[in-house]
Amino acid sequence: MRGLVRAARTSQLSRRSLLGGATLGGAAAALSACAPPAPPAGGAAALKLPDDLSDTEKVVRWANWTAYLDYDEDTKQYPTLQAFIKDTGIQATYSEDIEDNDAYFNKIAPQLRGKQDIGKDIFVFTDWMANRVIRDQLAQPLEIIRMPNASNLLDSLKDVSFDPGRQYSLTWQSGFAGIGYDKARLGREIKSLDDLWQDDLKGRIVVLSEFRDTVALVMQSQGVDITQGWGKAEFEKGVAVIQEKLDQGYIRKIKGNSYLEDLKSGNALAGIVWSGDLFILRAETENDNWEFVIPESGGTLWSDNMMVPITSTHRRNAMTLMNYYYDPAVAAQVAAWVNYVCPVTGPRRSSPRATPSWPRARSSSRPRTTSRRRTSRASGRSRPRRTRSSAASGRR
Amino acid sequence: MSALAHVGGTSGTTGAGPAGDAPPQERAGRRWLPYLLLLPGGLWLLVFFVVPLLQLFTVSIQSQFPGYPGYYYRDVNFSNYLRALTDFAPQFGRSLLFAALATFFAFALAYPLAYAMAFKAGRWRNIMLIAVIAPFFTSFILRTVAWRQILADDGPVASTLNALHLLPGGRITETAAAVVAGLTYNFLPFMVLPIYASLERADARVIEAGGDLYANGFTTFRTVTLPMSMPGVIAGTLLTFIPAAGDYVNAELLGSDGDKMVGNVIDSQFFRVLGGFPTAAALSFTLMALILAMVFVYIRRFGTEELL
Repeated sequence: MRGLVRAARTSQLSRRSLLGGATLGGAAAALSACAPPAPPAGGAAALKLPDDLSDTEKVVRWANWTAYLDYDEDTKQYPTLQAFIKDTGIQATYSEDIEDNDAYFNKIAPQLRGKQDIGKDIFVFTDWMANRVIRDQLAQPLEIIRMPNASNLLDSLKDVSFDPGRQYSLTWQSGFAGIGYDKARLGREIKSLDDLWQDDLKGRIVVLSEFRDTVALVMQSQGVDITQGWGKAEFEKGVAVIQEKLDQGYIRKIKGNSYLEDLKSGNALAGIVWSGDLFILRAETENDNWEFVIPESGGTLWSDNMMVPITSTHRRNAMTLMNYYYDPAVAAQVAAWVNYVCPVTGPRRSSPRATPSWPRARSSSRPRTTSRRRTSRASGRSRPRRTRSSAASGRR
Repeated sequence: MSALAHVGGTSGTTGAGPAGDAPPQERAGRRWLPYLLLLPGGLWLLVFFVVPLLQLFTVSIQSQFPGYPGYYYRDVNFSNYLRALTDFAPQFGRSLLFAALATFFAFALAYPLAYAMAFKAGRWRNIMLIAVIAPFFTSFILRTVAWRQILADDGPVASTLNALHLLPGGRITETAAAVVAGLTYNFLPFMVLPIYASLERADARVIEAGGDLYANGFTTFRTVTLPMSMPGVIAGTLLTFIPAAGDYVNAELLGSDGDKMVGNVIDSQFFRVLGGFPTAAALSFTLMALILAMVFVYIRRFGTEELL
């Protein structure tokens, strides 16, 4: 570019040559800059990791979802994270960058694939997206030996299909997708999806744009076992129901995390929702009539997983942080605030109050189905409230 | 918007023409001056318009890496355009329709307003101007979110209309009408200000002359006032139609899943669909080319010298 400026200054320029030069320069710059990154080499190709600078640069940069870490409204700080900084001297920066798996992944993917630093040392993705990140070799392997607390991970989460033996990821929190509704306003109970598609709810239902949750719930209501033995036909049958309910006007809108706003404003009275959100809704609307149920046919259980991006140069600091959050005492503190299902074994015994209800079937060999039990519970204590921007409000 | 920037760029270069063709005996410094003045703007356009445009084009014709969803290789694959246009023709049509409707309604609202501001407002003129411009002080996403609150089913507007049985669907948000209304509202100032500017500049004596020549009020308006304000009308319709056609915020926040516009498709192809980059780029490029073509036809047909 500087050359172009110099050329423009020194030569006798006509307008045409300036434009020509500009076009040529632009074309050259564009062509050299825009080559799409190549896919990872297949097979047992060794992963090329960046040099680890953890010893000299005491920082770790963490991207997480909204309302997903204990937060003190008065001091505007994250108490557990402050304690971590104090203990280890590692300056941890925390940002609520992720409001949607697809959107965040697609935002950082071009840089990750081009091996350019994304400015994060830990990011958190739901199972299926973690699968993609690991498959595309965009995460760094973890060294379990540096994380003694990782053995506190629930047994059922230790050997997940997308990351056998947890070589790349550690669970942050888990939760459910089910049906949420205002019991008092509706005046009846909802137990299944069929109770949802009723005329008194016509045009007042929102469903999640996360189709792994919405379609899975519908498929389960059709008698499909979502953990195994289904294919395109079953999936399309599930999608067809959603299309039908959309066309008939039962579903008002398919929404991302902003469905909470519709429940609050009264546009929607019920919907397919994430478990923890209903607790947020109870606290924010001060209305204990919001109920969360897992339909009789079954709901979904998901986990969000911490991983180290392939571009991170602070992987050891990141592992120190993960190890810290797997300390049962710390995990209990987080679990008490976020109202999700804690993946760390310790706090279940040490502090039963902090343990959200955890269906029995959860510990079976099928980690993705949940029992028919209702998981709502009256939460008497008021949850610390946070200012939440309406556009990027907490999901789930 | 980029189409406008392009038009602006062209007119800037044309303006520099006469100085560039100046006789050779003129001082060298004076000959270079126009180019030096053009340099910052030209570089800006080069870095932030031409280069991204070329990049967008190369993305729009690249192909999926077989077996690696989300990876691409450079290619000359124009079938991306064909597929994007056949798959998303309804959204494309809806974008143009909604934008046209919004432009029409904005014009219908803006012209009397601008007329009143220019000729009848008196000392209220400045206050009215501020009222038109003030919404710009807040983000338009926030204002649209606020609309959601105002128009919510339990909100004052919808519940009143429902009580009077004036609302056929029983709701306002998640309808096509809400999207068009949102677009109209958000781009109304862009329509008001150019029309106001051209009416305000109009020579009042010419309009008075219409009355002196025994034309009634309407004839005077039709043959004198309206033609004089045409540059403002043209600019206003362009400034409304172009961003409205590419807008996705209103359809996202106020529309249902059946009211998506092409901007929403580009957004979801880019952010949500694995391997959707070429489709998103092809749609962006087509939208830009289409709007550019429509603008040129429009200016050729109705345009005035003062605009370009």
